[in-house]
Amino acid sequence: MDITRRKLLKLAGLGALGLSAGKYAKIFAKESFNKISSMNILSSKRWAMVVDVRKCLVKEDCRDCINACHTTHNVPELGNKKDEVKWIWKEDFENVFIEQENHYLEEKLKDKRVPIFCNHCDNPPCVRVCPTQATWKREEDGIVMMDWHRCIGCRYCVVACPYGSRSFNWRDPRPFIKKINSDFPTRSKGVVEKCTFCEKRLAEGLAPACVDACKEKALIFGNLNDPKSEVRDLLKENFSIRRKPGLGTEPEIYYLV
Amino acid sequence: MYDSGKIILGLMVFIALFTFPTWYLFTGGEAKPMPDLVLPENEDQKECVYSAEYMRATHMDLLNVWRDKVVREGNRTFTTSEGKKFEMSLTKTCLGCHSNKAQFCDQCHNYLEVTPYCWDCHVDPSQLENQ
Repeated sequence: MDITRRKLLKLAGLGALGLSAGKYAKIFAKESFNKISSMNILSSKRWAMVVDVRKCLVKEDCRDCINACHTTHNVPELGNKKDEVKWIWKEDFENVFIEQENHYLEEKLKDKRVPIFCNHCDNPPCVRVCPTQATWKREEDGIVMMDWHRCIGCRYCVVACPYGSRSFNWRDPRPFIKKINSDFPTRSKGVVEKCTFCEKRLAEGLAPACVDACKEKALIFGNLNDPKSEVRDLLKENFSIRRKPGLGTEPEIYYLV
Repeated sequence: MYDSGKIILGLMVFIALFTFPTWYLFTGGEAKPMPDLVLPENEDQKECVYSAEYMRATHMDLLNVWRDKVVREGNRTFTTSEGKKFEMSLTKTCLGCHSNKAQFCDQCHNYLEVTPYCWDCHVDPSQLENQ
């Protein structure tokens, strides 16, 4: 077969097109893959909590949720503020919602203590700074999880969290746990810990320990992605606030005041 | 070679000490007795997750797989190659059968001088009862 220059150029052009076709196919395939995975996210869960402060304040010195959480998760009581480890704790309303500063705060909220814990942010700064991925956001339900096996104790997350939700174990916590619950591990010295939204209880089909413990039903837990869920109903019907929304962390704990 | 006497003597002492375990046994010495394991007396669960030989050699790798599956993937059920299902839990599944950690796990770990850090955090329920 004799080949002219014209024919050769034509064939080369066709060949180049053929070679690039594979690449195009890949790009389009990726596009559709992304679409599918984002649809999966839409159909998955998004756990969130609504704290009804009005109900919570009925019994002011109540520590039911704190006690339930801390006994379930073997949280030590070190007895001093400096070493303190906490998953749920209470803080003055003015200090919890520092962006709501008001000289004339409502009487019923003034000097009243509100329960706070990890906000399980949609955009968690602690996850971004973790060098070992010991903390990460679970795609399937939005929980900001912790892997204590992997934590190296660098405390970047403690600094990054704008809510103070993370505690560091400055000393071996075991001797400071009153009654060890053998169903849950303790932590070791040099590890950061925080609320995990009772991920283990959720896997067993139970509600978080604090939610079960609250007699006033002030803590309501549910799936935000389900439009018929109780949390969505509450948020639809009530005015709710979140902690430091201006930071863009998208906290998923909503407070009804 | 300078100081050849000292060096050769030193080397001989080193080799003698280094090979001590071998010639000690050959000259009639006795090895440390093997650890005495107490196996669980569990009627409904005669066999471990895998065979004893496999578990003896690779239980630590299996536990690492379990750890990653539970914590990272939220998957709590383990299916063996034979199709048996187990809950991946050190305290519930492993210690559920081997309720005698001191006479089972610790025996070999102490014998081999390994200190697995599992127990820094994970709780041995039988020890709690003693408290």
